[in-house]
Amino acid sequence: MTPDLVLTIFIAGIAAGTTLVFAAVGEIITERSGVLNLGVEGMMLVGAVTGFLVNNQIGQPWIGAIAGVLAGAAMGLVHAVFVVGFKTNQVVTGLALVIFGNGLSGYLGTSVVGEPPPATFDPIALPLLSSIPVLGRILFNQDALVYAGYILVAGAWWFVFRTRPGLNLRSVGESPETADAVGISVVKTRYLAVMCGGGFAGLGGAYLSLAQAPSWVPNLTAGRGWIAIALVIFATWNPLRAALGGYLFGCVEALSFRLQAVGVDIPVFFVSMLPYLFTIAVLVVISRGNLTRRLAAPAALGNSFAREER
Amino acid sequence: MIPVVELRGIVKRFPGVVANHNADLVLENGEVHALLGENGAGKTTLMSILAGIYRPDAGTILLDGGPVSFRTPGHAIEAGIGMVHQHFRLVQPFTVAENVLLGAERRFAASRSSTDQRVSELGESYGLKVDPSARVWQLSAGEQQRVGILKALFREARILILDEPTAVLTPQEATRLFETLRKMAEEGRTVVFISHKLDEVMAVADRISVLRGGEKIASVTRSETDKRALARLMVGHDVSSKTQRADSSAAGVCLEVRGLDALGDRGLQVLHGIDLEVRRGEVLGVAGVSGNGQRELTEVIAGIRRPSAGTVEMEGVDLTDVSPAQRIRSGLAYVPEDRLGMGLVGSMDCVSNVMLKLSGDRRFTRGPFVNSGAAEKLTHRLVDAFDVKTPSINAPVRLMSGGNIQKLLLARELSSEPKLLVASQPTAGLDVAAAQAVHDIILEERAKGVGILLISEDLDELLSLSDRILVMYEGNVMGTIDGDDAGREKIGLMMAGTHTDMEAAS
Repeated sequence: MTPDLVLTIFIAGIAAGTTLVFAAVGEIITERSGVLNLGVEGMMLVGAVTGFLVNNQIGQPWIGAIAGVLAGAAMGLVHAVFVVGFKTNQVVTGLALVIFGNGLSGYLGTSVVGEPPPATFDPIALPLLSSIPVLGRILFNQDALVYAGYILVAGAWWFVFRTRPGLNLRSVGESPETADAVGISVVKTRYLAVMCGGGFAGLGGAYLSLAQAPSWVPNLTAGRGWIAIALVIFATWNPLRAALGGYLFGCVEALSFRLQAVGVDIPVFFVSMLPYLFTIAVLVVISRGNLTRRLAAPAALGNSFAREER
Repeated sequence: MIPVVELRGIVKRFPGVVANHNADLVLENGEVHALLGENGAGKTTLMSILAGIYRPDAGTILLDGGPVSFRTPGHAIEAGIGMVHQHFRLVQPFTVAENVLLGAERRFAASRSSTDQRVSELGESYGLKVDPSARVWQLSAGEQQRVGILKALFREARILILDEPTAVLTPQEATRLFETLRKMAEEGRTVVFISHKLDEVMAVADRISVLRGGEKIASVTRSETDKRALARLMVGHDVSSKTQRADSSAAGVCLEVRGLDALGDRGLQVLHGIDLEVRRGEVLGVAGVSGNGQRELTEVIAGIRRPSAGTVEMEGVDLTDVSPAQRIRSGLAYVPEDRLGMGLVGSMDCVSNVMLKLSGDRRFTRGPFVNSGAAEKLTHRLVDAFDVKTPSINAPVRLMSGGNIQKLLLARELSSEPKLLVASQPTAGLDVAAAQAVHDIILEERAKGVGILLISEDLDELLSLSDRILVMYEGNVMGTIDGDDAGREKIGLMMAGTHTDMEAAS
């Protein structure tokens, strides 16, 4: 492998990781409130198709991305209405939303399959930063949404660990009874957290269809929502570690892509399996041993809350 | 003078039970008011209604003479009502300061140092010292309780409710808590203190209200009553029964534990070189504030937690690396503290629960099938012998009362005629009559020559049942004292980690 090839893998890896980072950071915020959202994949798909359609109509990728966020948040609202409002089983509801999102996005996108978008997010070299040797080319010669991802990660970390609303959010995920008894609204917090997570998943999807591979095909996300959920565990519910993991996965994905391009003599199916094998390997490593990692999970994750239950 | 709080005709129903039935209560400014009653009398429910956690189905709450209706706990806090729950309601991974300020602070960004300082100042002014930057899960139960009180004080509660505050304290810690409560009352706050222990109620309360069956039976001034009268009000009839323990006929070692180390759920070492010995026909009581390794000790003996060092021998047979099933066959009976979680399956009926431990026994199987005739016969016999009150042996056990659940669990465990009975908190949450029945069962087994390891947080229970009492503190054995001369005070000191010279008598 030439140094140039390695560099292109890293450049493509950061872009490919951005989708995962958006979705994983969103899921961290959701799970920090004690709600498990397995519907990430469906929310990403709906975000992707909505962003693509809006951009197709008006040729404004930024408006498309915002539409993707709103579509994802709307899916989040559906999840919240069921699991927080009606206290349905979070696993089942999340799985239903994957199927629903898959079907809905396929239906909405029928007319635009394979069409080229009128405008996309293009790389912008950041002044000064992009001239840093090697790192500048990898990190600071990307499109605007990648930069938005950097800001989001830092902002999410600060919000979760250093602000009052972040403290309230974590208390709701750890011990909703405690939060309730001091006057924090468990229901409101969870609604907001789930919608926020859905919005970020939608943005992750829109990034795929508007920037990373500007196009629409059914099931565009191809399992990235599941990788994002695995990343949350890998990251022990910490946005900074989720970013690290997200970009690492992005690089593995880029690697599998490039290996095919340079014609390495491995069947294409094995190569494209790489990110998923990596996901399984990471999950196995995490669930073996390292107790502190498992204990980092919000204590009330997956449990619905009713004040008067005894 | 207008009372600070008046509850009138409070009714609260839960599916299947009426927790409060026309309950009235009057609280005055600057008093320590004890709410006395048996388990299940509706004390906690009534106070949870005052604290806005439950909404009453009927009745009114008057605060300073005016009616109020709290829709959420937040409204009650704003009105100056703070409750320290029995299980504290703290966020375990958070620091003390974060817990105290949770929900009470409006600023967006949090600054650790200034919060820590405010919390430690507040603690010092009330003699409630805790390290503000410590994580709650690292604290002892007594310290967690202090955090709970600080939380209420930080919110400027003028009515402070404490639910069974002494359950997790050593006698000395309890005395100190009472001093703090008195001080708060002198400042003009109203302190409500839920309890079922007559001694502490008589020691600290100005006035006492007795609840029975969800209703208030009487409110009395302390100086005008005595323990006997209160006990009669609480139970509804005279209480005279006192457990009579026959002289010990202990002979021969039944259980021998040597140098036992074990890790807890969090991967930290919770047992440090435990040595103990239970003789046949002897009750060895284990005293200690909860969370000092008692649960882990029973789990290691039962074979559901692996020790990291040491040995467990029963009747001379090494059981250290043996499966729970093998231990049961060797004559171990285990009554875990969590009766419906680990003892019985709540949604299954009596017969199935009895069969759980006998599923491999050929007397109760026909090929691969359960011999339901034999199983039902055995269950009938056990239910009769142990006086388990159940509508039907085919009804789910979780519909039975705590006392009957415990009796069924004991019946099942003892049906195999064990050599050793390990019983963890066997009377926790039971009413007086059921607790008495459990005590009788334990003493009967003792008379039969069974070795009994009894873990309890109730010192009175330990003193009346045990031949010897072993005290645990932070996973260590602090010492063993003869049951008869065991002074409460000495046990209390050992529970708090103080070594005493009384280590003999074993």
